[in-house]
Amino acid sequence: MIYDRPKFLPGGDSALFVEFGDGIDPELNRRVRELHLAIQEAGLPGVVESVPSYRSLLVYYDPRLVCAEDLMAELDPLARQEGESVFPPPMVIEIPTIYGGHYGQDLDFVARHNGLSPEEVICLHSEREYLIYMLGFIPGFAYLGGVSPRIRTPRLATPRARIPAGSVGIAESQTGIYPAESPGGWRIIGRTPLELFDPAKEPPALLQAGNYVRFAPVSDREFIKIREQIEQTTYRLKQHPFTGEARDESV
Amino acid sequence: MKVFEVIQPGFLTTVQDRGRYGYQQYGVPVSGAMDCYALTVANLLAGNDEGEACLEISLLGPRLLVMNDTMIAITGADLSPTLHGRPLCMWQGVEARCGDIISFGQPARGCRSYLAVAGGIDVPQVMGSRSTYVRSGIGGLEGRPLHSGDCIYAGDTRARALSARLSQEYIPEYSAENTLRVILGPQHDRFTEKGIKTFLSCEYTVTVQADRMGCRLEGPLIEHKAGADIVSDGIPPGAVQVPADGLPIIMLADRQTTGGYTKIATVITVDLPRLAQAQPGDRIRFVAIDGSEGRRLLSEYWNTIARIQQLIPSDGG
Repeated sequence: MIYDRPKFLPGGDSALFVEFGDGIDPELNRRVRELHLAIQEAGLPGVVESVPSYRSLLVYYDPRLVCAEDLMAELDPLARQEGESVFPPPMVIEIPTIYGGHYGQDLDFVARHNGLSPEEVICLHSEREYLIYMLGFIPGFAYLGGVSPRIRTPRLATPRARIPAGSVGIAESQTGIYPAESPGGWRIIGRTPLELFDPAKEPPALLQAGNYVRFAPVSDREFIKIREQIEQTTYRLKQHPFTGEARDESV
Repeated sequence: MKVFEVIQPGFLTTVQDRGRYGYQQYGVPVSGAMDCYALTVANLLAGNDEGEACLEISLLGPRLLVMNDTMIAITGADLSPTLHGRPLCMWQGVEARCGDIISFGQPARGCRSYLAVAGGIDVPQVMGSRSTYVRSGIGGLEGRPLHSGDCIYAGDTRARALSARLSQEYIPEYSAENTLRVILGPQHDRFTEKGIKTFLSCEYTVTVQADRMGCRLEGPLIEHKAGADIVSDGIPPGAVQVPADGLPIIMLADRQTTGGYTKIATVITVDLPRLAQAQPGDRIRFVAIDGSEGRRLLSEYWNTIARIQQLIPSDGG
Protein backbone atom coordinates (compact mmCIF):
# COMPACT_ATOMS: atom_id res chain seq x y z
CA MET A 1 0.00 0.00 0.00
CA ILE A 2 1.42 3.38 -1.02
CA TYR A 3 0.26 6.45 0.95
CA ASP A 4 -1.24 9.43 -0.87
CA ARG A 5 1.39 11.61 0.73
CA PRO A 6 4.70 10.46 2.23
CA LYS A 7 4.70 10.53 6.04
CA PHE A 8 7.45 12.17 8.08
CA LEU A 9 8.13 10.35 11.33
CA PRO A 10 10.62 11.37 14.04
CA GLY A 11 13.69 9.23 14.68
CA GLY A 12 14.90 11.20 17.70
CA ASP A 13 16.62 14.60 17.44
CA SER A 14 18.96 13.85 14.52
CA ALA A 15 17.09 11.54 12.17
CA LEU A 16 13.83 11.55 10.26
CA PHE A 17 11.89 8.76 8.58
CA VAL A 18 10.20 9.41 5.26
CA GLU A 19 7.67 6.60 4.95
CA PHE A 20 6.00 6.01 1.60
CA GLY A 21 3.65 3.19 2.49
CA ASP A 22 3.39 -0.16 4.19
CA GLY A 23 4.37 -3.52 2.79
CA ILE A 24 6.93 -5.06 0.47
CA ASP A 25 6.32 -3.94 -3.06
CA PRO A 26 8.68 -3.04 -5.94
CA GLU A 27 6.88 0.23 -6.76
CA LEU A 28 6.81 1.38 -3.12
CA ASN A 29 10.49 0.48 -2.74
CA ARG A 30 11.30 2.39 -5.92
CA ARG A 31 9.91 5.58 -4.37
CA VAL A 32 12.26 5.10 -1.40
CA ARG A 33 15.29 4.67 -3.61
CA GLU A 34 14.28 7.62 -5.78
CA LEU A 35 14.30 9.91 -2.76
CA HIS A 36 17.61 8.41 -1.59
CA LEU A 37 19.12 9.29 -4.96
CA ALA A 38 17.41 12.69 -5.19
CA ILE A 39 18.89 13.68 -1.81
CA GLN A 40 22.37 12.73 -2.98
CA GLU A 41 21.92 14.70 -6.19
CA ALA A 42 20.48 17.74 -4.46
CA GLY A 43 23.30 17.76 -1.88
CA LEU A 44 20.96 19.01 0.84
CA PRO A 45 22.86 20.95 3.51
CA GLY A 46 22.93 19.19 6.87
CA VAL A 47 22.09 15.72 5.57
CA VAL A 48 24.64 13.24 6.92
CA GLU A 49 23.42 10.12 5.13
CA SER A 50 20.24 8.31 4.23
CA VAL A 51 19.38 4.66 4.68
CA PRO A 52 16.87 3.11 2.29
CA SER A 53 14.75 0.16 3.40
CA TYR A 54 11.67 -1.58 2.01
CA ARG A 55 9.19 1.25 2.46
CA SER A 56 10.95 4.16 4.14
CA LEU A 57 14.08 6.26 4.01
CA LEU A 58 15.83 7.13 7.27
CA VAL A 59 17.52 10.51 6.81
CA TYR A 60 20.28 11.32 9.30
CA TYR A 61 20.91 15.05 9.67
CA ASP A 62 23.16 17.38 11.63
CA PRO A 63 20.81 19.55 13.71
CA ARG A 64 23.52 22.20 13.94
CA LEU A 65 23.13 22.78 10.20
CA VAL A 66 19.43 22.17 9.63
CA CYS A 67 16.34 21.81 11.82
CA ALA A 68 13.75 19.09 11.32
CA GLU A 69 11.07 21.50 10.05
CA ASP A 70 13.32 23.02 7.38
CA LEU A 71 14.55 19.59 6.35
CA MET A 72 10.97 18.34 5.95
CA ALA A 73 10.17 21.37 3.81
CA GLU A 74 13.15 20.50 1.58
CA LEU A 75 12.35 16.80 1.45
CA ASP A 76 8.62 17.05 0.81
CA PRO A 77 8.79 18.16 -2.85
CA LEU A 78 11.57 15.64 -3.53
CA ALA A 79 9.53 12.86 -1.94
CA ARG A 80 6.42 13.74 -3.94
CA GLN A 81 7.94 13.90 -7.42
CA GLU A 82 7.42 10.53 -8.98
CA GLY A 83 9.71 8.94 -11.52
CA GLU A 84 11.39 12.22 -12.35
CA SER A 85 14.83 11.42 -11.03
CA VAL A 86 17.38 10.01 -13.42
CA PHE A 87 17.69 6.50 -12.11
CA PRO A 88 20.67 4.58 -13.44
CA PRO A 89 19.24 1.66 -15.44
CA PRO A 90 19.07 -1.35 -13.12
CA MET A 91 21.60 -4.10 -13.70
CA VAL A 92 21.26 -7.83 -13.25
CA ILE A 93 24.24 -9.19 -11.32
CA GLU A 94 25.02 -12.82 -12.03
CA ILE A 95 25.88 -14.86 -8.94
CA PRO A 96 27.70 -18.08 -9.92
CA THR A 97 26.43 -20.65 -7.45
CA ILE A 98 27.24 -24.25 -6.78
CA TYR A 99 24.12 -25.99 -5.51
CA GLY A 100 23.81 -28.92 -3.12
CA GLY A 101 26.46 -31.26 -1.76
CA HIS A 102 28.48 -29.92 1.11
CA TYR A 103 28.05 -26.38 -0.26
CA GLY A 104 24.28 -26.57 0.09
CA GLN A 105 23.46 -29.07 2.77
CA ASP A 106 19.74 -28.20 2.91
CA LEU A 107 19.01 -28.54 -0.81
CA ASP A 108 17.55 -32.02 -0.36
CA PHE A 109 15.40 -30.83 2.55
CA VAL A 110 14.04 -27.89 0.55
CA ALA A 111 13.22 -30.31 -2.28
CA ARG A 112 11.48 -32.83 -0.02
CA HIS A 113 9.61 -30.10 1.85
CA ASN A 114 8.14 -28.86 -1.42
CA GLY A 115 7.66 -32.24 -3.14
CA LEU A 116 10.26 -31.46 -5.77
CA SER A 117 13.52 -32.96 -6.98
CA PRO A 118 16.75 -31.09 -6.09
CA GLU A 119 17.15 -30.30 -9.79
CA GLU A 120 13.72 -28.66 -9.86
CA VAL A 121 14.64 -26.52 -6.82
CA ILE A 122 17.84 -25.39 -8.57
CA CYS A 123 15.87 -24.58 -11.70
CA LEU A 124 13.17 -22.61 -9.84
CA HIS A 125 15.77 -20.75 -7.79
CA SER A 126 18.04 -19.81 -10.69
CA GLU A 127 15.49 -19.09 -13.43
CA ARG A 128 14.43 -15.68 -12.21
CA GLU A 129 15.77 -12.24 -11.42
CA TYR A 130 15.42 -11.04 -7.83
CA LEU A 131 15.03 -7.36 -6.99
CA ILE A 132 17.48 -6.10 -4.33
CA TYR A 133 15.12 -4.19 -2.02
CA MET A 134 17.68 -3.07 0.55
CA LEU A 135 20.87 -3.95 2.40
CA GLY A 136 21.05 -4.60 6.13
CA PHE A 137 21.39 -7.26 8.84
CA ILE A 138 25.17 -7.52 8.31
CA PRO A 139 27.45 -5.50 6.00
CA GLY A 140 26.73 -6.36 2.37
CA PHE A 141 23.65 -8.51 3.03
CA ALA A 142 20.99 -7.93 0.38
CA TYR A 143 17.27 -8.46 0.98
CA LEU A 144 15.96 -10.06 -2.21
CA GLY A 145 12.33 -10.38 -3.18
CA GLY A 146 10.42 -12.65 -5.45
CA VAL A 147 11.21 -16.23 -4.45
CA SER A 148 8.96 -18.76 -6.18
CA PRO A 149 6.22 -19.88 -3.78
CA ARG A 150 7.06 -23.44 -4.87
CA ILE A 151 10.39 -23.46 -3.02
CA ARG A 152 9.44 -21.60 0.16
CA THR A 153 10.86 -23.31 3.24
CA PRO A 154 10.74 -22.36 6.92
CA ARG A 155 13.89 -21.43 8.83
CA LEU A 156 15.75 -23.95 10.95
CA ALA A 157 14.25 -24.28 14.43
CA THR A 158 17.74 -23.86 15.89
CA PRO A 159 20.11 -21.59 13.97
CA ARG A 160 23.52 -23.00 13.07
CA ALA A 161 26.50 -21.45 14.82
CA ARG A 162 28.51 -21.00 11.62
CA ILE A 163 27.34 -20.44 8.07
CA PRO A 164 30.28 -19.99 5.68
CA ALA A 165 30.65 -16.75 3.71
CA GLY A 166 29.01 -16.95 0.28
CA SER A 167 26.31 -19.37 1.41
CA VAL A 168 23.04 -19.03 -0.49
CA GLY A 169 19.95 -19.69 1.60
CA ILE A 170 16.17 -19.67 1.70
CA ALA A 171 13.99 -18.53 4.60
CA GLU A 172 10.25 -18.55 3.95
CA SER A 173 9.76 -16.39 0.87
CA GLN A 174 13.20 -14.79 1.02
CA THR A 175 16.48 -15.81 -0.52
CA GLY A 176 19.85 -14.32 0.32
CA ILE A 177 23.62 -14.65 0.38
CA TYR A 178 25.72 -14.53 3.56
CA PRO A 179 28.50 -11.97 2.87
CA ALA A 180 30.57 -13.17 5.83
CA GLU A 181 30.70 -16.20 8.07
CA SER A 182 27.95 -15.79 10.62
CA PRO A 183 25.42 -17.72 12.68
CA GLY A 184 22.19 -18.27 10.80
CA GLY A 185 18.93 -20.14 10.53
CA TRP A 186 18.38 -20.06 6.77
CA ARG A 187 18.19 -23.26 4.73
CA ILE A 188 21.47 -23.37 2.82
CA ILE A 189 21.11 -24.59 -0.76
CA GLY A 190 24.41 -23.52 -2.32
CA ARG A 191 27.42 -21.26 -2.23
CA THR A 192 28.95 -18.55 -4.40
CA PRO A 193 32.68 -17.84 -4.64
CA LEU A 194 31.98 -14.11 -5.07
CA GLU A 195 32.97 -11.66 -2.35
CA LEU A 196 29.86 -9.73 -1.37
CA PHE A 197 31.57 -7.20 0.87
CA ASP A 198 35.03 -5.63 0.77
CA PRO A 199 35.69 -2.61 3.03
CA ALA A 200 38.55 -1.54 0.76
CA LYS A 201 36.25 -1.10 -2.25
CA GLU A 202 34.06 1.89 -3.00
CA PRO A 203 31.23 1.08 -2.67
CA PRO A 204 32.10 -1.79 -0.33
CA ALA A 205 29.04 -3.88 -1.19
CA LEU A 206 28.84 -5.84 -4.45
CA LEU A 207 25.03 -5.68 -4.46
CA GLN A 208 23.20 -2.35 -4.54
CA ALA A 209 19.54 -1.73 -3.78
CA GLY A 210 17.58 -1.35 -7.00
CA ASN A 211 19.68 -3.81 -8.99
CA TYR A 212 18.74 -7.44 -9.56
CA VAL A 213 20.37 -10.75 -8.77
CA ARG A 214 20.32 -13.89 -10.84
CA PHE A 215 21.85 -17.12 -9.59
CA ALA A 216 23.77 -19.06 -12.22
CA PRO A 217 24.40 -22.76 -11.43
CA VAL A 218 28.07 -23.73 -11.81
CA SER A 219 29.96 -26.99 -11.49
CA ASP A 220 32.54 -27.83 -8.86
CA ARG A 221 35.32 -27.11 -11.38
CA GLU A 222 33.87 -23.75 -12.41
CA PHE A 223 33.42 -22.81 -8.75
CA ILE A 224 37.10 -23.47 -8.03
CA LYS A 225 38.19 -21.68 -11.21
CA ILE A 226 36.17 -18.57 -10.35
CA ARG A 227 37.54 -18.60 -6.84
CA GLU A 228 41.08 -18.65 -8.22
CA GLN A 229 40.27 -15.83 -10.60
CA ILE A 230 38.89 -13.78 -7.71
CA GLU A 231 42.05 -14.39 -5.70
CA GLN A 232 44.15 -13.25 -8.66
CA THR A 233 41.74 -10.34 -9.23
CA THR A 234 41.21 -11.46 -12.84
CA TYR A 235 37.53 -12.37 -12.40
CA ARG A 236 35.11 -10.19 -14.31
CA LEU A 237 31.68 -9.88 -12.76
CA LYS A 238 28.94 -10.88 -15.18
CA GLN A 239 26.16 -8.34 -15.37
CA HIS A 240 23.68 -7.04 -17.92
CA PRO A 241 20.92 -4.43 -18.00
CA PHE A 242 17.59 -5.50 -16.56
CA THR A 243 14.91 -5.72 -19.22
CA GLY A 244 12.08 -7.49 -17.44
CA GLU A 245 9.45 -6.11 -15.16
CA ALA A 246 9.76 -5.92 -11.41
CA ARG A 247 7.52 -8.53 -9.88
CA ASP A 248 7.11 -9.98 -6.49
CA GLU A 249 4.64 -12.77 -6.09
CA SER A 250 6.16 -13.71 -2.75
CA VAL A 251 4.25 -11.04 -0.85
CA MET B 1 54.88 7.78 16.94
CA LYS B 2 54.62 4.64 19.03
CA VAL B 3 52.89 5.58 22.27
CA PHE B 4 51.86 2.37 24.02
CA GLU B 5 52.66 -1.28 24.14
CA VAL B 6 49.78 -3.38 25.43
CA ILE B 7 50.84 -5.51 28.40
CA GLN B 8 47.31 -6.64 29.22
CA PRO B 9 44.36 -5.77 27.00
CA GLY B 10 41.62 -5.58 29.64
CA PHE B 11 38.09 -6.91 29.24
CA LEU B 12 37.18 -5.08 26.02
CA THR B 13 39.36 -2.24 24.80
CA THR B 14 38.72 -0.94 21.29
CA VAL B 15 39.68 2.04 19.15
CA GLN B 16 36.66 4.31 18.60
CA ASP B 17 36.04 7.74 17.13
CA ARG B 18 32.66 9.35 16.47
CA GLY B 19 31.58 6.60 14.11
CA ARG B 20 31.34 5.58 10.50
CA TYR B 21 28.77 7.53 8.52
CA GLY B 22 27.68 7.12 4.92
CA TYR B 23 27.81 3.33 4.78
CA GLN B 24 24.61 2.29 6.53
CA GLN B 25 23.02 2.00 3.09
CA TYR B 26 25.39 -0.97 2.57
CA GLY B 27 24.49 -2.51 5.92
CA VAL B 28 27.54 -1.19 7.78
CA PRO B 29 26.74 -0.15 11.38
CA VAL B 30 27.87 3.30 12.56
CA SER B 31 29.84 2.07 15.62
CA GLY B 32 31.93 4.77 17.34
CA ALA B 33 32.15 5.79 20.99
CA MET B 34 29.24 4.74 23.19
CA ASP B 35 29.73 7.89 25.29
CA CYS B 36 30.42 10.64 22.77
CA TYR B 37 30.60 13.34 25.44
CA ALA B 38 33.44 11.56 27.26
CA LEU B 39 35.23 10.93 23.95
CA THR B 40 34.92 14.57 22.91
CA VAL B 41 36.14 15.92 26.25
CA ALA B 42 39.05 13.45 26.44
CA ASN B 43 40.20 14.65 23.02
CA LEU B 44 39.92 18.32 23.92
CA LEU B 45 41.87 17.82 27.16
CA ALA B 46 44.64 15.97 25.31
CA GLY B 47 44.87 18.84 22.83
CA ASN B 48 43.12 17.06 19.96
CA ASP B 49 40.28 17.88 17.63
CA GLU B 50 37.10 16.64 19.25
CA GLY B 51 36.57 13.66 16.92
CA GLU B 52 39.97 11.91 17.10
CA ALA B 53 40.14 8.19 17.83
CA CYS B 54 40.53 7.16 21.49
CA LEU B 55 40.66 3.89 23.35
CA GLU B 56 37.25 2.90 24.66
CA ILE B 57 37.87 0.89 27.80
CA SER B 58 35.12 -1.30 29.27
CA LEU B 59 34.93 -2.20 32.97
CA LEU B 60 38.30 -3.88 33.45
CA GLY B 61 40.94 -1.68 31.92
CA PRO B 62 44.18 -2.57 30.17
CA ARG B 63 47.79 -2.28 31.30
CA LEU B 64 49.79 -0.12 28.92
CA LEU B 65 53.51 0.61 28.76
CA VAL B 66 54.20 4.16 27.61
CA MET B 67 56.77 4.09 24.78
CA ASN B 68 57.26 7.83 24.23
CA ASP B 69 56.59 10.97 26.30
CA THR B 70 53.09 12.19 25.51
CA MET B 71 49.98 13.89 26.87
CA ILE B 72 47.00 11.73 27.69
CA ALA B 73 43.55 12.35 29.17
CA ILE B 74 41.10 9.86 30.66
CA THR B 75 37.38 10.63 30.95
CA GLY B 76 34.13 8.71 31.32
CA ALA B 77 33.73 5.92 33.84
CA ASP B 78 36.00 5.85 36.88
CA LEU B 79 37.80 2.54 36.41
CA SER B 80 40.47 3.52 38.98
CA PRO B 81 43.23 4.46 36.54
CA THR B 82 46.82 4.72 37.78
CA LEU B 83 49.97 6.12 36.24
CA HIS B 84 53.08 4.33 37.41
CA GLY B 85 51.32 3.13 40.54
CA ARG B 86 49.84 6.48 41.56
CA PRO B 87 46.18 7.39 41.04
CA LEU B 88 45.80 9.17 37.72
CA CYS B 89 43.69 12.33 37.71
CA MET B 90 40.79 11.93 35.34
CA TRP B 91 39.21 14.76 33.33
CA GLN B 92 42.50 16.58 32.76
CA GLY B 93 45.52 16.37 30.52
CA VAL B 94 48.28 14.30 32.11
CA GLU B 95 51.88 13.90 31.04
CA ALA B 96 52.91 10.28 30.54
CA ARG B 97 56.62 9.54 30.29
CA CYS B 98 58.41 6.83 28.39
CA GLY B 99 58.56 3.78 30.66
CA ASP B 100 55.45 4.72 32.70
CA ILE B 101 52.72 2.17 33.11
CA ILE B 102 49.06 3.09 32.74
CA SER B 103 46.90 0.65 34.60
CA PHE B 104 43.34 0.29 35.85
CA GLY B 105 41.84 -1.14 39.03
CA GLN B 106 38.31 -1.84 40.21
CA PRO B 107 35.47 -0.16 38.35
CA ALA B 108 34.20 2.51 40.76
CA ARG B 109 31.32 4.03 38.80
CA GLY B 110 30.23 3.81 35.17
CA CYS B 111 31.15 1.31 32.47
CA ARG B 112 33.31 2.93 29.85
CA SER B 113 36.44 5.05 30.08
CA TYR B 114 38.00 6.99 27.22
CA LEU B 115 41.74 7.36 26.92
CA ALA B 116 42.83 10.08 24.52
CA VAL B 117 46.43 10.56 23.52
CA ALA B 118 47.86 13.70 21.95
CA GLY B 119 47.60 13.36 18.18
CA GLY B 120 44.84 10.75 18.39
CA ILE B 121 45.17 6.98 18.07
CA ASP B 122 46.60 6.31 14.64
CA VAL B 123 45.04 3.35 12.87
CA PRO B 124 44.07 3.30 9.19
CA GLN B 125 40.72 4.87 8.35
CA VAL B 126 38.30 2.30 7.00
CA MET B 127 35.29 3.76 5.19
CA GLY B 128 36.11 7.16 6.64
CA SER B 129 36.43 6.15 10.29
CA ARG B 130 38.85 4.57 12.74
CA SER B 131 36.07 3.01 14.83
CA THR B 132 36.18 -0.72 15.48
CA TYR B 133 33.19 -2.86 14.54
CA VAL B 134 34.28 -6.13 16.10
CA ARG B 135 31.42 -8.29 14.80
CA SER B 136 32.55 -7.85 11.19
CA GLY B 137 36.21 -7.15 11.90
CA ILE B 138 36.06 -3.63 10.46
CA GLY B 139 38.27 -0.68 11.42
CA GLY B 140 40.29 -0.01 14.57
CA LEU B 141 43.27 -2.24 15.18
CA GLU B 142 42.77 -5.04 12.65
CA GLY B 143 39.04 -4.95 13.35
CA ARG B 144 39.39 -6.39 16.83
CA PRO B 145 39.81 -5.44 20.50
CA LEU B 146 43.37 -4.90 21.76
CA HIS B 147 45.56 -7.95 22.43
CA SER B 148 48.64 -8.28 24.61
CA GLY B 149 51.71 -7.26 22.66
CA ASP B 150 49.89 -4.80 20.38
CA CYS B 151 51.62 -1.50 19.67
CA ILE B 152 49.54 1.64 19.64
CA TYR B 153 50.58 4.62 17.55
CA ALA B 154 49.48 8.24 17.72
CA GLY B 155 49.24 10.90 15.03
CA ASP B 156 51.19 14.14 14.98
CA THR B 157 50.77 16.31 18.04
CA ARG B 158 49.67 19.84 17.39
CA ALA B 159 47.78 21.84 19.97
CA ARG B 160 48.42 22.03 23.70
CA ALA B 161 46.63 20.07 26.33
CA LEU B 162 44.81 21.28 29.43
CA SER B 163 46.76 20.11 32.43
CA ALA B 164 44.41 21.57 35.04
CA ARG B 165 41.42 19.51 36.12
CA LEU B 166 38.22 20.38 34.35
CA SER B 167 35.73 22.27 36.50
CA GLN B 168 33.23 19.99 38.28
CA GLU B 169 30.29 21.36 36.30
CA TYR B 170 31.58 19.59 33.19
CA ILE B 171 32.09 16.23 34.88
CA PRO B 172 29.00 14.04 34.80
CA GLU B 173 27.96 12.00 37.79
CA TYR B 174 26.94 8.53 36.81
CA SER B 175 23.95 7.52 38.88
CA ALA B 176 22.31 4.14 39.34
CA GLU B 177 19.02 5.87 38.58
CA ASN B 178 18.53 7.59 35.28
CA THR B 179 15.69 9.36 33.60
CA LEU B 180 16.14 9.27 29.86
CA ARG B 181 14.31 11.77 27.72
CA VAL B 182 12.73 10.39 24.57
CA ILE B 183 10.95 11.66 21.49
CA LEU B 184 8.00 9.36 20.74
CA GLY B 185 7.92 7.60 17.36
CA PRO B 186 8.37 6.41 14.71
CA GLN B 187 5.95 3.57 15.60
CA HIS B 188 4.35 4.67 18.88
CA ASP B 189 0.97 4.36 17.12
CA ARG B 190 1.52 0.59 17.10
CA PHE B 191 1.13 0.53 20.90
CA THR B 192 -2.00 0.75 23.01
CA GLU B 193 -2.58 3.79 25.20
CA LYS B 194 -1.89 1.52 28.14
CA GLY B 195 1.37 0.38 26.51
CA ILE B 196 2.62 3.95 26.12
CA LYS B 197 1.56 4.77 29.69
CA THR B 198 3.49 1.74 30.97
CA PHE B 199 6.57 2.81 29.03
CA LEU B 200 6.46 6.39 30.34
CA SER B 201 5.50 5.71 33.95
CA CYS B 202 7.26 2.52 35.02
CA GLU B 203 10.78 1.80 36.11
CA TYR B 204 13.02 -0.48 34.04
CA THR B 205 16.21 -2.26 34.99
CA VAL B 206 19.35 -2.66 32.88
CA THR B 207 19.98 -6.39 32.31
CA VAL B 208 23.28 -8.18 31.75
CA GLN B 209 22.35 -8.25 28.07
CA ALA B 210 23.75 -4.79 27.51
CA ASP B 211 26.56 -4.33 25.04
CA ARG B 212 27.70 -1.98 22.30
CA MET B 213 24.83 -3.14 20.10
CA GLY B 214 21.99 -2.50 22.51
CA CYS B 215 20.78 -2.35 26.06
CA ARG B 216 18.06 -4.80 27.01
CA LEU B 217 15.79 -3.71 29.86
CA GLU B 218 13.58 -5.61 32.24
CA GLY B 219 10.33 -4.36 33.71
CA PRO B 220 6.61 -4.10 33.05
CA LEU B 221 5.56 -5.32 29.62
CA ILE B 222 4.69 -2.73 27.00
CA GLU B 223 1.49 -3.63 25.19
CA HIS B 224 1.25 -3.60 21.41
CA LYS B 225 -1.98 -3.02 19.53
CA ALA B 226 -1.47 -5.90 17.11
CA GLY B 227 1.91 -7.51 16.95
CA ALA B 228 5.49 -6.30 17.22
CA ASP B 229 6.65 -6.93 13.68
CA ILE B 230 6.94 -4.24 11.06
CA VAL B 231 8.36 -4.20 7.57
CA SER B 232 12.08 -3.70 8.32
CA ASP B 233 13.25 -0.09 8.37
CA GLY B 234 16.23 1.95 9.58
CA ILE B 235 17.24 2.19 13.25
CA PRO B 236 18.48 5.55 14.59
CA PRO B 237 20.77 5.62 17.66
CA GLY B 238 18.78 5.45 20.88
CA ALA B 239 15.78 3.81 19.20
CA VAL B 240 13.71 1.92 21.76
CA GLN B 241 12.67 -1.32 20.08
CA VAL B 242 9.91 -3.35 21.64
CA PRO B 243 9.77 -6.91 20.28
CA ALA B 244 6.86 -9.28 20.88
CA ASP B 245 7.92 -10.04 24.47
CA GLY B 246 7.04 -6.44 25.39
CA LEU B 247 10.46 -5.61 26.86
CA PRO B 248 12.36 -2.61 25.50
CA ILE B 249 15.82 -2.74 23.91
CA ILE B 250 17.64 0.56 23.38
CA MET B 251 19.70 0.39 20.22
CA LEU B 252 23.25 1.77 20.53
CA ALA B 253 26.50 2.33 18.60
CA ASP B 254 26.93 -1.14 17.04
CA ARG B 255 23.21 -1.58 16.26
CA GLN B 256 22.38 -3.19 12.96
CA THR B 257 21.36 -0.67 10.31
CA THR B 258 17.82 -1.99 9.84
CA GLY B 259 15.37 -4.08 11.81
CA GLY B 260 11.83 -5.37 11.90
CA TYR B 261 10.62 -4.56 15.43
CA THR B 262 8.34 -1.69 16.41
CA LYS B 263 10.18 1.34 17.79
CA ILE B 264 8.15 3.20 20.40
CA ALA B 265 10.52 6.15 20.87
CA THR B 266 14.09 7.42 20.51
CA VAL B 267 16.33 8.47 23.40
CA ILE B 268 17.70 11.96 22.72
CA THR B 269 21.37 12.36 21.78
CA VAL B 270 22.44 14.11 24.97
CA ASP B 271 21.11 11.33 27.20
CA LEU B 272 22.87 8.47 25.39
CA PRO B 273 26.19 9.00 27.25
CA ARG B 274 24.48 8.33 30.59
CA LEU B 275 22.99 5.14 29.21
CA ALA B 276 26.43 4.11 27.91
CA GLN B 277 27.65 4.29 31.52
CA ALA B 278 24.73 2.33 33.03
CA GLN B 279 25.48 -1.02 34.60
CA PRO B 280 23.32 -4.13 34.97
CA GLY B 281 20.89 -3.49 37.81
CA ASP B 282 20.75 0.28 37.25
CA ARG B 283 17.26 1.72 36.94
CA ILE B 284 15.85 3.66 34.03
CA ARG B 285 12.75 5.77 33.57
CA PHE B 286 11.57 7.39 30.37
CA VAL B 287 10.02 10.80 29.94
CA ALA B 288 8.67 12.13 26.64
CA ILE B 289 9.69 15.54 25.33
CA ASP B 290 8.87 17.24 22.05
CA GLY B 291 11.20 18.06 19.18
CA SER B 292 11.78 21.70 20.14
CA GLU B 293 12.76 20.76 23.70
CA GLY B 294 15.12 18.18 22.20
CA ARG B 295 16.67 20.87 20.06
CA ARG B 296 17.09 23.20 23.05
CA LEU B 297 18.88 20.47 25.00
CA LEU B 298 21.20 19.80 22.05
CA SER B 299 22.10 23.51 21.84
CA GLU B 300 22.91 23.46 25.54
CA TYR B 301 25.17 20.46 24.95
CA TRP B 302 27.04 22.19 22.12
CA ASN B 303 27.46 25.30 24.27
CA THR B 304 29.01 23.15 26.98
CA ILE B 305 31.46 21.65 24.50
CA ALA B 306 32.26 25.13 23.17
CA ARG B 307 32.96 26.41 26.70
CA ILE B 308 35.33 23.50 27.35
CA GLN B 309 37.04 24.21 24.03
CA GLN B 310 37.70 27.77 25.18
CA LEU B 311 39.52 26.51 28.27
CA ILE B 312 42.17 24.79 26.17
CA PRO B 313 45.25 26.95 25.61
CA SER B 314 45.74 27.72 21.94
CA ASP B 315 48.93 26.94 20.01
CA GLY B 316 50.36 30.40 20.38
CA GLY B 317 49.90 30.88 23.98
